[in-house]
Amino acid sequence: MGLGDYLSLPFAQHALLAGGLVAVTCGLIGPFVITRNMAFAVHGTAELAFTGAAAGLLVSDNPVAGALIGSVVVAALIAALSSRQRDRDSSIGVVLAAGLGLGVLLLGYYHGFATQATNILFGNLFGVSTGQILLLVVIAVAAMVCLAVVYRPLLFASVDPEVAAARGVPVRVLGLVFLLILALTVTEAAQVVGTLLVLSLAITPAASAQRLATSPLGVAILSVVFAVLSADGGLLASLQASKVKPSVLVAAISFAIYLLARLAGPMAKQRARRSRAGADG
Amino acid sequence: MTVTGRPPVRFDGAAVHFGARTLWRDLTFEVERAEFLAVLGPNGSGKTTLLKVLLGQQPLSAGTVEVAGSPPRRGSRHIGYIPQQRAFDPDLPVRARDLVRFGLDGHRAGLLGGRSARSKVDAALAAVGATSFADAPIGTCSGGEQQRLRVAQALLGDPDLLLCDEPLLSLDPGQTHAVTALIDSRRRQGTTVVFVTHEINPILAYVDRVLYLVGGRWSIGDPSGVLTSETLTGLYGVPVEVLRVGERIVVVGPEEGAGSGGHHHHPPAEVGG
Repeated sequence: MGLGDYLSLPFAQHALLAGGLVAVTCGLIGPFVITRNMAFAVHGTAELAFTGAAAGLLVSDNPVAGALIGSVVVAALIAALSSRQRDRDSSIGVVLAAGLGLGVLLLGYYHGFATQATNILFGNLFGVSTGQILLLVVIAVAAMVCLAVVYRPLLFASVDPEVAAARGVPVRVLGLVFLLILALTVTEAAQVVGTLLVLSLAITPAASAQRLATSPLGVAILSVVFAVLSADGGLLASLQASKVKPSVLVAAISFAIYLLARLAGPMAKQRARRSRAGADG
Repeated sequence: MTVTGRPPVRFDGAAVHFGARTLWRDLTFEVERAEFLAVLGPNGSGKTTLLKVLLGQQPLSAGTVEVAGSPPRRGSRHIGYIPQQRAFDPDLPVRARDLVRFGLDGHRAGLLGGRSARSKVDAALAAVGATSFADAPIGTCSGGEQQRLRVAQALLGDPDLLLCDEPLLSLDPGQTHAVTALIDSRRRQGTTVVFVTHEINPILAYVDRVLYLVGGRWSIGDPSGVLTSETLTGLYGVPVEVLRVGERIVVVGPEEGAGSGGHHHHPPAEVGG
C-alpha cells in the first residue's frame, strides 16, 4: 500500500489530525516549559499517564480517558505538595514514585491485553479508537483556547514574576493553570509518542526554536511548526516503514531538527548581534 | 489620576509584624505629589515590605495605608514599579522591546495587542535612549541598559506613583546617573517617587525627604535632618557617626548605613529583631 492509499483511510486521517493538534499544543507549551524550568514536570506527568491509563483500563476499559483524568489528579497533587517554587521538583519526584508503584499494582489486577496499557509507554495513535481520538482532539483544542487566553500574562509571569505580580498579574494562579494545561497536553502527547518520548514533542521543538529566534512570537511559531513536522512526519513515515514504531520516527525527526537548529543557530544569532552593532554605530 | 487633595501615599499608625517580629510600627507620614522620598535602612528593616504594602501584596498588621485616597489594591494602574537589576539568560527569547511591552499590556489576557502598541513601545524606548538595542535579547543587555528598559516599562503605564526597589544596585556611576535622571525627569512632571535604596549618595541631589527604618523604629525628614549622627544613633541604639565628605554622606557604625565605607558589624537593634 502506498502513502496515498493510507491517507484515504479514516484511521490514518484521524491519527494525523489528533497528532497534529497535540503537536500544536506541545509546541505552544514548550517555550514556557523551558522558561519556567519545568522539564521534570513534563517527564513526571508523562510517566504517570501510565498509571492513569492502567486505572482507566481497569475501571472502564478506556486508557485514554483514564490517563487524562489521572493527569488532572497529578497536577493537583504536585500543586498541593509544592507550596514553594523550590519544592516543586522534589514533590514531582515523590508523586512520580508513588504513582508509578500504584500503576504497576493496578496493572496486576488487569486481565485483558497488557499491550493496551504498555501502549502508552511507547505510543500508538493508530491503535486508538475513534471515540478516544475525538476525546484527544477536544482536549487539545480546549488546551489551545486556554493557552491563547492566558498567553500574554503567562509570558509576563514566566519571564518577570516580580514585576508581573506588582502589576497585578495573578502569578500563582497562572502557575497552577499552566501546570494543568501542561499535564493534559503531556498526557495527550504520550498517546502519540509514548510517555518515554514525550520530551521530543514538549521540549525539543522549543529548544530548537530558541536557537533560531529571539522574540517570544518567533519562538512560539517555530516551536509549533517543528512539533507538527515531527509528529505528523513521524506518523506518515511509520505508515511506510511499518517495522518501526511511530514514536521512534517522531523522536528522530524532532532530534534531527534540533541538530540542524544547533548548526544554523549561531549564524542566526550572529545576525541579530550584527544588527545591534550596526544600530549602535 | 490623582484625586486633588488626597496625598499619593498616606500611612497612619501602620505596623507590620511577622510572627513575634515587628518590622515597623506606628508609621505615620504622608508623601506629597511629585515628592521624591528615599527609603533607607539596614537589610531586614522592612524597606521592601513597605513597597509590598503599597502594591497591595502585604496587609498591615495595624493602622491604615492609602494610595491616592484608597486602600492599596493589587495591579493598581496608578502605580509603576521598578525592581532591582537581575540576570536574564542570554538565550531567553525576550527582546528589550518585549520587556518594555509588558508594562503596556502584559497583564491583559489574550495573544495580540492593538495596533497602537508598537508605536507606544517605540516611543517609550526612545524616551530612555534604548532604541539602538530595542531588538537585542534582554539577557545580552548590560545592567544599565536593563534598568533604562525598566524605567520605560514602568512609565508605559503612565503612573502617578513610582515605586523603586533598589533600582541602582550593581550599576556603575555613569549608568546610575542616567537611570536616576530618567526617574527624576518623570518626577518633575508630577509623578511621586518612593525610592528604596541603601546608597543615598547617587540620589542625594534629587531627594526631598528620607524615611529611615531601623529595627522597628523610624524617622522621616529632609536628608540633612535625618542623616545626622544624633538621629541615627537614636534609631540604631548604638553610636553611629555621620560624616560629610564633600558632597557625599558617609555613615560609620552600623552594618549598612546610608553611605558606603561603614564597618561590618550588626547593630543590636537588628540582632534582637
